[in-house]
Amino acid sequence: MRFTRFTDLITLTFILTGSAFSYEIEDKKFYKGNQNEERLRIISTADITAFEPIIMAFQKEFQDIDIDYVVASSSEIMKAIYIENAKFDLVISSAMDLQTKLANDGLAQTYKSIEVEKLPVWAQWRGQVFGFTQEPAVMVISKQHYGDLPLPKTRDQFVALLRQYPDKFRGRIGTYDVTNSGLGYLFATQDSRNTDSFWRLTDIMGRLKVKLYCCSGDMIREVSNGQLIFAYNVLGSYAQNSLKNFPEIEIVSFDDFSTVMMRTALIPIASQRPDLAGKMIDFLLKLDSRQDLVALSGLQPVTNGNLHEDKKTRPIRLGPGLLVFLDRLRKENFIRNWESSIYQE
Amino acid sequence: MTLIIQTGSIQRRLALQLSIVAGILSFTLFMLIQVVAERAAMDTQDNILKASAASIADALYTENGIVRLELPYSALSMLGTISQDRVFYRVLFKGETLTGYDDLPLQNENSLTNKSKFSTFRYKGEEVRSIMLKRSIGVNGAFSDAVIIVAQTRLGLNLISQKITRTATAIGVVFFLFGTGLSVWAANIALTPLNRIAIAVSRRGPKDLRPVTGTSPLELKPLVDALNSFILRLKSSLLRSEDFISEAAHRVRTPLATVRTQAEVIHRSLNKSKNKTALREMIRAIDESSRSAGQLLDHAMVNFRADQFEVNTVNLPELVRDVCERLSPLAGLKDIVINIQSQESDMSFQGDTILLQNALRNILDNAIKYSPDDSEISVNCFRNEKFVISFQDSGRGFSGIDHTDRFTRGTNVSDVIGSGLGLTIANDVAIAHGGSLFINDSKKGVGSCVSLVLPI
Amino acid sequence: MRYLLVEDNIQLAKAVSDRFALEGHAVDHAVSLSEAKEFMALTTYQLILLDIMLPDGDGRSFLRLHRVNKNKTPVIILTARSEVSDRINLLDLGADDYITKPFDFRELEARCRAVLRRQDGLADNTLQIAGTILDTLEGSLKIGDKVERLRNRELRLIEIFFSSPNKIFSKNHLMDRLFSFSEEVSENAIEVYVGRLRKKLEKSDVRIETIRGLGYRFVVEK
Repeated sequence: MRFTRFTDLITLTFILTGSAFSYEIEDKKFYKGNQNEERLRIISTADITAFEPIIMAFQKEFQDIDIDYVVASSSEIMKAIYIENAKFDLVISSAMDLQTKLANDGLAQTYKSIEVEKLPVWAQWRGQVFGFTQEPAVMVISKQHYGDLPLPKTRDQFVALLRQYPDKFRGRIGTYDVTNSGLGYLFATQDSRNTDSFWRLTDIMGRLKVKLYCCSGDMIREVSNGQLIFAYNVLGSYAQNSLKNFPEIEIVSFDDFSTVMMRTALIPIASQRPDLAGKMIDFLLKLDSRQDLVALSGLQPVTNGNLHEDKKTRPIRLGPGLLVFLDRLRKENFIRNWESSIYQE
Repeated sequence: MTLIIQTGSIQRRLALQLSIVAGILSFTLFMLIQVVAERAAMDTQDNILKASAASIADALYTENGIVRLELPYSALSMLGTISQDRVFYRVLFKGETLTGYDDLPLQNENSLTNKSKFSTFRYKGEEVRSIMLKRSIGVNGAFSDAVIIVAQTRLGLNLISQKITRTATAIGVVFFLFGTGLSVWAANIALTPLNRIAIAVSRRGPKDLRPVTGTSPLELKPLVDALNSFILRLKSSLLRSEDFISEAAHRVRTPLATVRTQAEVIHRSLNKSKNKTALREMIRAIDESSRSAGQLLDHAMVNFRADQFEVNTVNLPELVRDVCERLSPLAGLKDIVINIQSQESDMSFQGDTILLQNALRNILDNAIKYSPDDSEISVNCFRNEKFVISFQDSGRGFSGIDHTDRFTRGTNVSDVIGSGLGLTIANDVAIAHGGSLFINDSKKGVGSCVSLVLPI
Repeated sequence: MRYLLVEDNIQLAKAVSDRFALEGHAVDHAVSLSEAKEFMALTTYQLILLDIMLPDGDGRSFLRLHRVNKNKTPVIILTARSEVSDRINLLDLGADDYITKPFDFRELEARCRAVLRRQDGLADNTLQIAGTILDTLEGSLKIGDKVERLRNRELRLIEIFFSSPNKIFSKNHLMDRLFSFSEEVSENAIEVYVGRLRKKLEKSDVRIETIRGLGYRFVVEK
């Protein structure tokens, strides 16, 4: 079996980190239905707190279906599906690029249904990748610790702000570690496309000893407990959801642009029960009719179109373009440049 | 030589043939559209592939003696603009894969210069269209070839292809229907001159022997000329017939007149009643021949004329009066009185004067011949639903003889000179005018009534 | 009466002339149109009998000329042609009547009489014997003040008697004159007509005498 360079990198990572030739999961829960016959195996980047309401509601409608829910990072998911052909029925991920690669390289099944037909054309790819949420990247600040300073409206203003008050923000800003977060990499690469301020921002953040995180949840928690004043590129849905639990945080979005990503679902070719996976996909696509679930999960459903009318939103489009930043050389270049900016003495 | 005439309508055949042509053209158009449009679609995909490969080639650079590539976002995103096809790429330098799908096959490399090469093959379970592009990159003063392959599946193209087929079919069908419609219209128009001539000729009366004039198309000219030549021949033939009948009458009657005259002279000079009787028989025979000849010729002439009917406005009562006056000397010889009664003074009828005159004369002549001396013939001319001219006599009547037999030649009331043709002639004239002749025995038991009935 | 007969058939012409002579009319015979013209230049005729086919022309041209000259003399056409074939009606051309050959003389005579009757201003056509006036054209007998109309045969019979009083006419002769060859008549028919005449002559001074075995004679009552 011939591997792509991409997979060689993964293998290398394994060897370096000393992991076994197996993907790493973060969490796991089994939701029993009425019988043991119908089992839907889901692997997802969404943590259980966020997704559980959806599973419960799904099982109310489909009582016979057991659900095996596994949480893993987007890169681990790629390992599982791309390399190991692990027997999952449904892959839910916030890494649109990785999902696109799965489909492009022939590892996804085509699914057709009435709900799928209703999706706008930019919210699905090849009938294999289906976007079911719209989530912007936002900034989260600690109200208390941010103080009276004016809020930056653009990234340029943010850079200026950081330059102006280096002492205040040193070690108190956070963002995604692009090397181990698929979503983080996605947000960062899209930023680099959308503005030339990105590299200046990365540079100033590096100089100010920015703290790096794997996940939005961690960033929000640290803002809430005051360890961070400012978190850049946090997943908007999580931030929104956390408002009730962490009232000290404030959500800020910039006026120059805000990146919007779609959480996507995909049926891998190794799926044993694509029919059950399809039922879940249909259920997810009807999220806009379930405001209760929206409230519980914090996941914003795909709406038809007004996203594109808003000039400052930059929705990430599903398509082969997303493969570019997964290119070995491109990725190497980007990470090299990013690391050299982030890690400064 | 008999003409073989094909049945069926020219118009229908022409329309059918034109429709077939329209069908062939439509099909050709359909094929053409499909070929051209598909070619265009393919070229579009190829052009985008080429642009993508070119932009990748442009993004190659050297750094520290190593060839590197900053894969442009647009290189792959442009491939997603027109369809949702899978995309594969591979970049090689000096035969070594720099990045991309390293199992994406190289095509026949040797044939390339600095140009691009397109090919189609199967990859990862689907048919893909690929471009292979060579670019010379200089490293440390030495130039070597970088090869860029960009491939894309063809689902998008297939969808376009189906759409093209549907559109082409629709256009083909519309064109065919339109073409057929035009064909039928054209067939109609084309045949207009033919129809015009046909109508003009068929609307002619039987007497109309004018040549067919008016402009006719080139193709019909031989037909029209032949028709005119037929008309001319018919005309002269008819003239000859007329002349013949007149001539025949003259040639038969003149010698008869001579014989009769002589017979009469001799009769007067004879004394013995036996001889006188013999001669009387002879004269009678001559009179009978003469009357027969006259009636035969009349009959021929009537039939002949009936074909070239000449329509005038005839005042029927006036005509009846004229005929009665003309025959009154004859009636007077037998002391037969002719009474005329006309209901309306104006009964105008569209018919042939001479034929009607002849018919009435024959009926009256007949009535006079069959009536006894000192009797009365009443002539009635009236109108109810039809025009009726009736002649009531007190002759022997026709009882015992089948009325229809009277109209076959020969049957006769035996001792009166003359053939049965008189009433046959009258009947022929009646029929020619769309009317009829009626014979009824009188209710009084004596005599009969002959009526000429004409439509209004 | 003086008639002009234009006919190229000699036998027919002689027979007609003779017959007319019997009736008391004089007949001039021309064999061609030119001869006819000559005769007409010299004599006035009461009636012209014209054959339509003559050696030197069609009778129609004669008719046309006749009308152009406004000649009032009536013309009866003798024709052997078919009536129907004549494209132009002879009567339209100006003929007063026509008769087709071969014809019965009596028909000709009747037609002549009819045509003459229609003329105006003719000379007196009456014959008078012993106060009884016979108008041959009108067909009437005037005895005293009474006018008696005569039927055709009666007229012809009395005309024969009037023209030759005191002459004996045999029944045969009278039959010849009165009946056509096509009529099968017995000798009694003559008696019938004689009887009718006698009745009409009752009041007159003339009568018809029967001579046994010989015939009839027209005499004046003394």
